Amino acid sequence: MTDALTLRAGAEAQASALPPLLAAAEHLASTVILGDHGRRRAGTGDTFWQYRSAQSTDHARSIDWRRSARSDASFVQDKEWQIAQSVVLWCDRGASMRFASTDKLPEKATVARTLVLACAILLIRGGERVGMTGSDLPPRRGTGQIAQMAALLARDDDADYALPEVRGLIPHSRAVFVSDFLGDIAPVEDALTRAADRGVRGALVQILDPQEEAFPFDGRTVFESMSGTLQHETLKAGDLRSRYLDRLAQRKDRLTQLARTTGWQFSTHHTDAPATQSLLWLYQSLAQPA
Amino acid sequence: MFTLGPLGFTAPWLLLGLIALPVLWILLRAVPPAPIRRRFPGVVLLLGLTDADSQSDRTPWWLLLLRLAAIAAVIIGFAGPILNPQDTRAGTDPLLIVADGTWADASDWQARTDRIGALLDNAARSGRTAAVVTLTDLPVDGPTFQSAEIAARGLPNLGPAPWEPDTVALTTFADTLTGTFDTFWLSDGLARDSRAPLLEALERHGRVTVFQTPRSTVALRPAQFVDGNIMLSATRTPTGPALTVPVQAIGLDPAGAERVLASVDMAFEAGEGIGDVTLSLPPELRNRVTRFAVAATRSAGAVTLTDDALRRREVALIAGGGEAEGLDLLSPLYYLREALSPTADLIDGTLDDVLLANPDVIVLADVANLSPTEEDGLVQWVEAGGLLLRFAGPRLAASDVGRTTEDPLLPVRLRAGGRSVGGAMSWGEPKALAAFPEGSPFFGLAIPADVTVASQVVAQPDPTLADRSIAQLADGTPLVTRKTMGEGQVVLVHVTANAEWSTLPLSGLFVQMLERLAISTRPTAPDAEALEGTVWLPQARLDAFGRLDDATSEAGIAGEMLALGVVGPDLPPGLYASEDARIAVNVAGPDTVLATAQWPARVPVEGLDVARETPLKGALLAAALALLMIDVIASLAVGGRLRGPRADVAAALTLGLLLGLAPHATRAQTPPNAAADDFAIAATSNVVLGYILTGDPQTDEISEAGLRGLSDTLTRRTSIEPAAPMAVNLETDELAFFPFLYWPVVPNAPLPSREAYAKLNRYLRTGGMILFDTRDADTAHFGSASPEGRQLQAIARTLDIPPLEPIPEDHVLTRTFYLLQDFPGRTDSRDVWVEAAPPDAELADGMPFRNLNDGVTPVVIGGNDWARAWAVDARGNSMFPVGRGQAGEVQREYAYRFGVNLIMHVLTGNYKSDQVHVPNLLERLGQ
Repeated sequence: MTDALTLRAGAEAQASALPPLLAAAEHLASTVILGDHGRRRAGTGDTFWQYRSAQSTDHARSIDWRRSARSDASFVQDKEWQIAQSVVLWCDRGASMRFASTDKLPEKATVARTLVLACAILLIRGGERVGMTGSDLPPRRGTGQIAQMAALLARDDDADYALPEVRGLIPHSRAVFVSDFLGDIAPVEDALTRAADRGVRGALVQILDPQEEAFPFDGRTVFESMSGTLQHETLKAGDLRSRYLDRLAQRKDRLTQLARTTGWQFSTHHTDAPATQSLLWLYQSLAQPA
Repeated sequence: MFTLGPLGFTAPWLLLGLIALPVLWILLRAVPPAPIRRRFPGVVLLLGLTDADSQSDRTPWWLLLLRLAAIAAVIIGFAGPILNPQDTRAGTDPLLIVADGTWADASDWQARTDRIGALLDNAARSGRTAAVVTLTDLPVDGPTFQSAEIAARGLPNLGPAPWEPDTVALTTFADTLTGTFDTFWLSDGLARDSRAPLLEALERHGRVTVFQTPRSTVALRPAQFVDGNIMLSATRTPTGPALTVPVQAIGLDPAGAERVLASVDMAFEAGEGIGDVTLSLPPELRNRVTRFAVAATRSAGAVTLTDDALRRREVALIAGGGEAEGLDLLSPLYYLREALSPTADLIDGTLDDVLLANPDVIVLADVANLSPTEEDGLVQWVEAGGLLLRFAGPRLAASDVGRTTEDPLLPVRLRAGGRSVGGAMSWGEPKALAAFPEGSPFFGLAIPADVTVASQVVAQPDPTLADRSIAQLADGTPLVTRKTMGEGQVVLVHVTANAEWSTLPLSGLFVQMLERLAISTRPTAPDAEALEGTVWLPQARLDAFGRLDDATSEAGIAGEMLALGVVGPDLPPGLYASEDARIAVNVAGPDTVLATAQWPARVPVEGLDVARETPLKGALLAAALALLMIDVIASLAVGGRLRGPRADVAAALTLGLLLGLAPHATRAQTPPNAAADDFAIAATSNVVLGYILTGDPQTDEISEAGLRGLSDTLTRRTSIEPAAPMAVNLETDELAFFPFLYWPVVPNAPLPSREAYAKLNRYLRTGGMILFDTRDADTAHFGSASPEGRQLQAIARTLDIPPLEPIPEDHVLTRTFYLLQDFPGRTDSRDVWVEAAPPDAELADGMPFRNLNDGVTPVVIGGNDWARAWAVDARGNSMFPVGRGQAGEVQREYAYRFGVNLIMHVLTGNYKSDQVHVPNLLERLGQ
């Protein structure tokens, strides 16, 4: 799935199934840019807030003549102050994501990219500013951003397991990390702690193939990582199953615990499940007020 | 050969390989299966996990067993196991296998070749050379001993011959024998003079073993005529208990196909070697018989061909008197012709010409005077075996032939004038026939009571009269007299051959008597003298298995050979024809007697039975292969390769294998013809008008709309409430459901098939009605002037349609519901044709119309395009304009009325016709 257009088309299809997503507004002046979130006070915006008496500083053209005509004083229509939220996304582009157990299932990377981009589309449609971690794509509004994001996402990383990127995280913004989280857990911990330090909250989505969840192997087997750098040989793969599943459960526990301590949300998505489910979960977790 | 119970091994040393199996067991257990490489991102989680057991999964014991079984099967297979190995017959000398190879061998020739094959296999195993010889097809320069395998290769070419070994050829063959060899002699079981010398000759060279089974052999002798019946006899050996053999008469049926024409059981009494049966066949059937065969026996001896002995006889008919003009029935030859033509070839002509043709029978009907040359010719012909049959008559009675002296061509002297009894000018009753005396050729024939004789010529009393009379009247007057003359005979019937003098020619007895007379004169077989210098072409050839092959392409055979009659390679049995005669050469002659061959005590006699050797090598190797295939799948399963990414492929393979092995599921039962049932239910649940599908969609649509309009009108105006009209496909649909069919004639439409015509005719005969509509305004007037007219003619040519006439004014169609005199459709042509009234229908007094035929006219033919006039669309609006303005609508109304009348006529028949009688009936009831 390197074709940016195809990727975007898939993501648009996913995003069309949901209503526009509105992230809860955070009261952080430094990062607040005008957006569609009502601030329950007068300011710049589109929707009506209140009528007030016209001041001398008001332009004559801002006077609401319809209201003014009903009385002697002149009135000005105040609008509700609206702000936008920045959401920063990170998608694992490592080699381990390019795994699919059967031809019928999509690669994990495909699922992850679709999910991320769908989320971005929803956010932009809701008026949010969406960007990617790192310096490549700072949060911005507008559909042009989606095209750029799609192009960026289509790139692949050669490393077996990619490290989460925390650069470009705007303080008190929102973040979404999508990965299989099978690599070293320490960088993830580090990234999450640093993000939490900067007041960034968000969601972790773990993408797993059904085979990674079931370990349906038997007999003498040599397991290799996707790039072939890691190898493990066993004479009885069947014997390893329980211990592997234990380790996988430990990894999920660790991530859940990490998310809880940092105020993030954690979920696991399987490539054989519909992506909408996870997008809905993502939508709800981002919509939760901080 | 090493044997183990019923098993033998050709290479027993290979079995030592089985010792290696336990070693293999240990080795196989030790070798772990090869690892699979898998891409798996979760490998990180596996790092550091060690196997609990450092040794790989041991190959499971059942898999080991499977593999060992496969290997054992291979080892045993290559050791050459043979089930039921045959004992090698001792000896290293060359082997001569002699088979009689006669027709008697044919019935179980397969068993013989099997036996020879087994003997050759044995010889091959013990390295003996062998030669195979049939005594009916001897090699010119003695047997060639060669390797037994090569000899076995020639076995399929070995076949029996439909004759017996030639003694001279056997002597020559015995002289060619050299060296020492053992002989196996497969005897056909029949005694033969040539056996003993050959046995002696063979014994001079080595041991002789005879194979012979005590089976029953039957040979059918040529069919013979005895007293007008076919006499079949057969000889058998051994003469055991009572035996019944079915004998079939086979010949061509009138269609030219060969079939069994008659079947009869021939019984052999217990202890009797000869059985016979008399077969009585109608001449017509008998003429067709080409051969008799013992049923279900494949042997030339069980077949006997028939030749001229059964052919139709030539009968010359000559009547006295000139070319008198008279009715056929008065012709003296009329009844003779009628009686003889089915069974005999009749010859006409003058007596001189007829004599040249040398017929079997000459009939002289009331011929009195013959010229001296004719008389001489006739006498010569009769003395050579001809049958002269004379009938009396007015001319013979009036002539002086045989008055004073016996005429050579009359059996008796005749009294002048004859006599009449029971006539207008005479006393007494016409005389009946007396029962035929024993010894008369007519003996046993039943005499119908109505056969009477009114006039006859009367024989002079003579000492010989009693002997010569073969049929008498009730008062003892001879009616038929006969005398033999040379090889032939002269028969005089004392009445005419027509019904003038008696009713005899009118009765079936006449035919039977002629048959008895004519049949007893069959042509004698040509003798050696006649055969000399002639060439006979083979027509058909009988092979040893009793099959008849065409042999017309083979060279002719000299008559001398036929006269000799020795069946052999030079004269194979079959049918030989010259210009006008055919001779059958059969395996068994009329005097053939079969006997069982007896062998001296010193010669061992064995049976033919052979326990088949079954080499098991192939089966074992196949089993090994199958086991290895199972091992492949089992290994995959054990090695974990049946799971993971390629599991589906493996599963599919396994499934495919299982399905391939499983017997094919029985085919689902074909559902009953639901469509036909639906059609029948729809057509019969209500009155339904049908229209014939013409193949032209537009026409069919109009027909449907037209009948819909008519159905609506009927529903509105009458108590007939038809359902929606249905299309009827002539080829597939049943017609019987429809009281009425509308058939628009479309030019160039394909004609119905034969089956469809049969269906149509059945429909018309059983009361259906078809309205043919040429839709051409009847411009053709039933002619071929319009394409529709031509098509109608083509359609109707094969239909069972009665004579037709234009609807008469008093036809019931004019008043079944409405009173009508015109039958317009979209066009208004006067001529509509229906079944013609019977010619005797007459207008009764006081009746407004004739009492016409019962029933419904099967067809109504016209060209007024009624469907278009009736046609309405779905909303009930007329689809096509009729005429102009109000007049057109009136015409449409009349078209509807015609339709109503027509359907009323179909459904009520002649009811309205019968109402004519209502006043009369009421009047009678009132009284």
